[in-house]
Amino acid sequence: MNRKISHQAHLLKEIMSYEFTAVELNLFLDTHPNDVKALTEYNQVTECLKKLKFEYEKCYGPLTNFGTSPSQHPWRWIDEPWPWQIEY
Amino acid sequence: MWIYEKKLEYPAKVSGPNPRLAKIIIEQYGGSDGELSAGIRYLTQRYTMPTGMAKGVLTDIGTEELAHFEIVGTVVYKLLKGVSPQQMQEAGMGAYYADFGKGIFPINAAGNPWTAAYIDAKDDPISNLHEDLAAEQKARAVYENLLNLSDDPCVNDTLKFLREREVVHFQRFGEVLDNVQTWMNSKKVF
Repeated sequence: MNRKISHQAHLLKEIMSYEFTAVELNLFLDTHPNDVKALTEYNQVTECLKKLKFEYEKCYGPLTNFGTSPSQHPWRWIDEPWPWQIEY
Repeated sequence: MWIYEKKLEYPAKVSGPNPRLAKIIIEQYGGSDGELSAGIRYLTQRYTMPTGMAKGVLTDIGTEELAHFEIVGTVVYKLLKGVSPQQMQEAGMGAYYADFGKGIFPINAAGNPWTAAYIDAKDDPISNLHEDLAAEQKARAVYENLLNLSDDPCVNDTLKFLREREVVHFQRFGEVLDNVQTWMNSKKVF
């Protein structure tokens, strides 16, 4: 099973690593709301994530639903693969 | 309101079909200290929490637990991919197959379906938070048991990530307990 992973999986893994940083900083800030360094990092990661997600969505359609991200025509939200179908 | 993100929190890889491993990993999908229990427990306890910090942490950790529920579901799904009914039977999943086929249903490793009896939500933030602290430690212990039993290095990588998250959540809940205790001491009106 030594397949080369797809371009989609590659981009997703990059988004995952930034978003994980954001999740971790978010939880830390919940209990350390006055930490300037963590907040600065959180805002920086948020900016990086926005750009990465924009790039991903140009190729593979919306990452999020309910009006949080626009779609090309035809409606691409229903495009496969769904997350559990992707090989990393 | 929740927004779904069409991605996993962490890449869930498996080396190949492995119904014997799927049978035990499902513990963290539908077991008492599994990810479904964790998510529902925290998201249910939020309503009567006294401070913004407590409400925020329960919301965020509860949400992350649902992402973990999805990761564990994905691991089980992938471990059963391409597995025949006979192979499931030989791996001890015959009873599972009879009921659910290859659907991913929340049961524990012993086959008991998920139940809300696994969780609690009192109008008492101190007892809730102690339950949450214990839940994180119990989940950590279960991941360690699974790591002891697993023979798939790709699955181990995902299990180690999930185990580590329990440790971080425990830390955050400890800080919330501190915050709620400070809040209670400052009130002193009964």
